[in-house]
Amino acid sequence: MTAVSDPSQLSDLVAEATDTRVNLDFESEGMTLNMGPQHPATHGTLRIVAKLDGEQVISAEPICGYMHRGYEKIVEVRSYPQINALINRIDWLGSFANEVPFILAAEKLMGVEAPPRAQWIRTILFEMSRVANISLFLGDFGLQLGGMTAGFYAFRDREHVLNMIESATGGRFHPNFDRIGGLKDDLPKGWIADSHVAMDKLLAFCDEMEDLLVGNEIFQSRTRGIGVIPADIALNYGLSGANLRASGVDWDLRRDGCPPGLVYDQADWKVWTHPDGDCFARTWVRLQETREAAKIVKQLLDTIPAGPVMAKVPRIIKVPEGEAYVATENPLGEMGYYIVSKGELVPFRVKIRSASFNNISIVPWVARGAYVPDLISILGSLYFILGDIDR
Amino acid sequence: MGLVESGRVPKPLSKLLNLSRKYSIWAYQWGLACCAIEMGAAFASPRYDVMRLGVIPFPASPRQADLVVIAGTVTDKLAPAVVRLYEQMPDPKYVISMGSCANCGGPYWDSYSVTKGVDQLIPVDVYVPGCPPRPEALLEGILLLQERIAHEDMAERWKGEPIVVN
Ligand code: SF4
Repeated sequence: MTAVSDPSQLSDLVAEATDTRVNLDFESEGMTLNMGPQHPATHGTLRIVAKLDGEQVISAEPICGYMHRGYEKIVEVRSYPQINALINRIDWLGSFANEVPFILAAEKLMGVEAPPRAQWIRTILFEMSRVANISLFLGDFGLQLGGMTAGFYAFRDREHVLNMIESATGGRFHPNFDRIGGLKDDLPKGWIADSHVAMDKLLAFCDEMEDLLVGNEIFQSRTRGIGVIPADIALNYGLSGANLRASGVDWDLRRDGCPPGLVYDQADWKVWTHPDGDCFARTWVRLQETREAAKIVKQLLDTIPAGPVMAKVPRIIKVPEGEAYVATENPLGEMGYYIVSKGELVPFRVKIRSASFNNISIVPWVARGAYVPDLISILGSLYFILGDIDR
Repeated sequence: MGLVESGRVPKPLSKLLNLSRKYSIWAYQWGLACCAIEMGAAFASPRYDVMRLGVIPFPASPRQADLVVIAGTVTDKLAPAVVRLYEQMPDPKYVISMGSCANCGGPYWDSYSVTKGVDQLIPVDVYVPGCPPRPEALLEGILLLQERIAHEDMAERWKGEPIVVN
């Protein structure tokens, strides 16, 4: 696959992509391979229908909806604090990161701002959930390519972060810790020192992964040059997050559009990109991002200001009439909430923009011409969470 | 195995059989949603290490499994696949339903697309509550299941007819 720049070629590609809609009729040539909805290599329940010519994929279509839980409809009958508990479960690996854009959007409508201490802790927990999320990706991707060891290491070291999240928020997984106007509680005693230790362990884990996984010859031969996504195609498909940065586009919402309420400008960090756009680049960018996130946490831990963690907000939260969209750079990419409020206890409508849905939409394009084993690399490296696709 | 199939097994032998079945459960992990990660932590991570309980969590297909852990939200679109998977497993088979979603719909109790409880589709042996249950809770669920297997009367379980779903 080569880079595509001129529009006519692009329209050809679009036409071809439309052709890839799977035709389940009997065909005399080729065969149709159905992967899923239960398949060890797809996390969760994604189904891929691939048409093959020998070992080569002619077309592949992801069929989603197996994990559709109807968020956008349920939240119309939930009050704002209840929604906060629910949306943890969209991208279940980076739970805390899901709450933040929603809370920020509600705060924007209400005109409340969290006190500085709460902003600091929010950013720290946000980055911790990124570390927890992506460290599992590294293990899981190794697992999918046949390297069992990486999975064990990832599960071992991920526990350090989960411990810290648990001791601060009370939940290993779904913290539900954010409130409109601040946070539920202050940090427990000794948390800062413990977090430093945990982050050091995670930095060591990243080094280990660099040797064990990314430096592995078999891993490289299965990922280098496979599933190349050029920058313009990535942009056209609306990719975000590490998938976009691995195609060489230097765009990160933490730096380029950080909503007020998160304090990324207080830390010294770097956005990593990779020019190749292949499966290897995506893994590599994620690895660097984990490191960077651990560094952000370590820097912010030292500068947490004193003060309250909760602003003055009414007991019963009614969001005034209006509309707001806030997006943040979640572990998987851009995640945003568009809230329409009519001034009642419940929102009128919430549109959730989740990263995986767009990231997975490129599968028909990128899988064409790949071989069946490469399909696993491509799917694994695009890194989606089913809840984030189907919502 | 004629004796076993008809259920006429002498007590000591059935005890022995139960003991060996109890400590050699092949568990098929069916990760559906968030709970899958906690199940992964319980099954694959060195910290919880389910293998010390005599559970082997890596069968390649449901046809090799004795136990399936339904971990996560079952949606109506997925329901036929759940039933299909259960039918593929060889008897005697056990089901652990993990998490509020699989137990009763959990936080999606009023959602239009979620099946409110996997027990509407397949028989469940152990329910593990929580959202998500901690890995320790799943381990306890496995211990309870092992207890159940240890005291199982085979004649009772194998009446000769296969269990029919729906
Ligand atoms: S019970 Fe909770 S954690 Fe488990 S799948 Fe349902 S929402 Fe997710």
